[in-house]
Amino acid sequence: MFHKAALLLALAVFGAGIIIKVSAWFRYSVGPEKADLRVSRRIAAALKGIGGTFFSRKVLTLIRTFFLEVIFQSHVLKEDLLRWFAHMCIYGGFAMLFFLHVLDNEVVVHFYPEYASTLNPFLFLRDAGGALIVIGIALAIYRRFIKQTHRPMTSRMDIAAMVMVGAIVLSGFLLEATKITSESTFQRMAEEYAGQTDAPELQALESYWVENFGVVSSSLRGPFDKATLAEGKTSHQINCAQCHSSAQWGFVGYAVSIPMRPVASALDGAGITFFLMWAHYLSSLFLLAYLPFSKMFHIFTTPLSLMVNSVMDGQGAPANVATRQMLELDACMHCGACTLRCSVAVTFLEFPNANILPSEKIASLKKLAAGKVLDPKELRAIQQGIVLCTNCNRCGVACPAGIKLRDLWFSARERLLQHSIEEYQLLSPLAYYRGLQRDNIQENDYQKPLDLALKKVAGDTSGKGPLRAGEKTMLGKLNTSIQANSLSECYRCVTCTNSCPVVHNFKHPGEVLGLLPHQIMYAISLRYWEQVFSSKMLWDCLGCYQCQDNCPQRVSVTDILYELKNRAISRRYDELT
Amino acid sequence: MKTALFRCCITSMGLSQYETSSNVVLRELGIEFVDINDFNCCGYPLRNLNFRAYLLSSARNLALAEQAGLDILTVCNCCYGNLKYAEHVLKESSSTREEINASLKSLGLKYSGTASIKHLLGVLHDDFGVETIRKRLKKTLDGLRIATHYGCHLLRPKEVVGFDYGFPPVKFDNLVEAIGAVSVPWVGKYDCCGSPLWGVNDELSMDLTRKKLANAHQGGAECLTVTCPFCQMQFSKIQKRIIETRDLNTALPCVLYPQLLGLCLGIDREVLGFEEELPEAVRTHLRDIEPEASHADEQAV
Repeated sequence: MFHKAALLLALAVFGAGIIIKVSAWFRYSVGPEKADLRVSRRIAAALKGIGGTFFSRKVLTLIRTFFLEVIFQSHVLKEDLLRWFAHMCIYGGFAMLFFLHVLDNEVVVHFYPEYASTLNPFLFLRDAGGALIVIGIALAIYRRFIKQTHRPMTSRMDIAAMVMVGAIVLSGFLLEATKITSESTFQRMAEEYAGQTDAPELQALESYWVENFGVVSSSLRGPFDKATLAEGKTSHQINCAQCHSSAQWGFVGYAVSIPMRPVASALDGAGITFFLMWAHYLSSLFLLAYLPFSKMFHIFTTPLSLMVNSVMDGQGAPANVATRQMLELDACMHCGACTLRCSVAVTFLEFPNANILPSEKIASLKKLAAGKVLDPKELRAIQQGIVLCTNCNRCGVACPAGIKLRDLWFSARERLLQHSIEEYQLLSPLAYYRGLQRDNIQENDYQKPLDLALKKVAGDTSGKGPLRAGEKTMLGKLNTSIQANSLSECYRCVTCTNSCPVVHNFKHPGEVLGLLPHQIMYAISLRYWEQVFSSKMLWDCLGCYQCQDNCPQRVSVTDILYELKNRAISRRYDELT
Repeated sequence: MKTALFRCCITSMGLSQYETSSNVVLRELGIEFVDINDFNCCGYPLRNLNFRAYLLSSARNLALAEQAGLDILTVCNCCYGNLKYAEHVLKESSSTREEINASLKSLGLKYSGTASIKHLLGVLHDDFGVETIRKRLKKTLDGLRIATHYGCHLLRPKEVVGFDYGFPPVKFDNLVEAIGAVSVPWVGKYDCCGSPLWGVNDELSMDLTRKKLANAHQGGAECLTVTCPFCQMQFSKIQKRIIETRDLNTALPCVLYPQLLGLCLGIDREVLGFEEELPEAVRTHLRDIEPEASHADEQAV
């Protein structure tokens, strides 16, 4: 009764969780919120897309993806053999247990009417499934915590998943082990299946089980005489063997039971099997209920993402892209493959912001998409992480869930940039991909963050207000840096400016660019910092090194301009802290 | 020495032909290379923002190559120039080297400066040799007038990148002429393509690109050639945009040098990553070399 109620409750929570999660795919989006993406429209677009796919040749692609990538996981194999093996163990073991053990009465009995959980091959396969999971988890732990030097982070979700699965498997094996040794279980089953037997024969049967199958009896101890064992064997064959294979076939449980033998009687007396049975049952139900909210949800969402992405070529309808990206957030199982391949992950050593790492960005994107109110500091951190990306797409190629990560970053980036938090990193080639994608951004939205960054980095140029103490020391270092100490050699010949292709582009360059290269060199020696930093020239500098290579005095003009850009940005960051 | 091919982030943005053509040409010429999957960005985009982050990015790559006992072979001028620049700084300043090594230590890496950095053109010109290339050709781009665009980071700062100390530089021109083409002189040949400002100041970026294209055209070029993904993108995708939005009406095709070389080595167009037909200028100048016949002709004359 209670166990049925618990099951129903778990199923209800599971169902509600699925509804909450799936509806979020249609309710929220990663990209800038757009008026035309109403929920009804998105559901309609999704249905249309799915319908169109099933009645086209694309269905063949779906089938191929299902077998090759969902079932066999060929793409994981290509990336890393050990990882593939570990995952196949967990997922193979999990599937075996789910169909042969969890659904035994719902599925197996239809194919095998004589089914009994204690009968081979089920007895053996159940232990094999559990053993596979244990091997897989052990390998996962080895890969995550021992082998790698540059690892992505382990989140609470990862620990929760490992603990939950671990608890189920462990309680299962312990339950099996205590049942093998348990005298009371033996007696209950003997009564049930060998009820007609008289007392001496029952004793012979128990002796046979103690001798051969690891039952620990409180009264019977070996060695037994041959006649008793022969009688027990006959009784076993009549009453038990049809439904019970040797306990040794449950090889893990049996192995665990051996060291338990000395305390088995005491544990049996304390009702350990009852306790473990509930622990096993409830931990399984807990996993079921918690599944949609945990990273184990990926057993549904990752295959879905793989299949959707295999048929959604190019951009797709905007409504469907928004929905797909929400699904993709759930399809991420935080495996860290993206971060291992990330082109800028190394900068994490310089900027300790987890949002730089693709595997860690996903959690922030989830918050952002769900419309959570984030404080400016957090928004800034997410924005920094998501703009600090070369868009090389190596993360997307490596992703075992087939998530189109570069598109995801693009959507989130544009959404964040509309929050009007200045983003100085756009004043660098990090903005290159955004430029290539400008046709996919509204004209106004495209230019706005660039103008804002330029305006804020230049600062207030009207009043030259005194420099603050921190700023003074920082700027004071400029003359002693490797690049800038060549500045004293400058004899004001203007060759740098004359060789600059940007200066040449304008009829009246000073009006557009502010200080020109040679004037910047001047202004540094005169310590006219405000004019230096507010000069547009800095941000229109190509870094082409014409000025530097042409300088007759070997002043590192380009390097100095680079250094000024660094300082211009870092002084703005300093203001924030 | 075997090299590790250093692939550029930008090729993933619609320049897969650079990857395929350089792979197949290197293989055809027997220049051995491997891929190091752990390589990260050279750090170039970070130079405007944070010099140390840039240096760390470059240094990690150099340390990885060093660990594998390989030299680095880049197929991008910016990767080349910026790795070279980092190498320069790390070699010149022992205090910076120590600082960077302290960070690399947490990744189990160390920079000591044993791996050298090469550019595809350098390997072809200096290691493989122009004459050797000539002997391997099956076809020639007979008289095709090419505007050779070196790209900034292959040339400057001269002492740092050390690709071609000559004034003017000639190595790329030699390679272009080796495949039968004519490297035309043109104004602003060594100037920037405009790419560094793409995404930051698109108008200015297009101004500069437009000027380059007009100059190449004025120099009588039928085609441009480059070896840098940024330049290639600028002269293809951005050129298209300039034609659409501005007063430039003659499109000048730009073809990656390894693609041109590949054609002359007799490699199929599809294998080299040409999506559609060859650009007309290239198609009309591409001829088979028949060594025996040409020799006989000479004798007859």
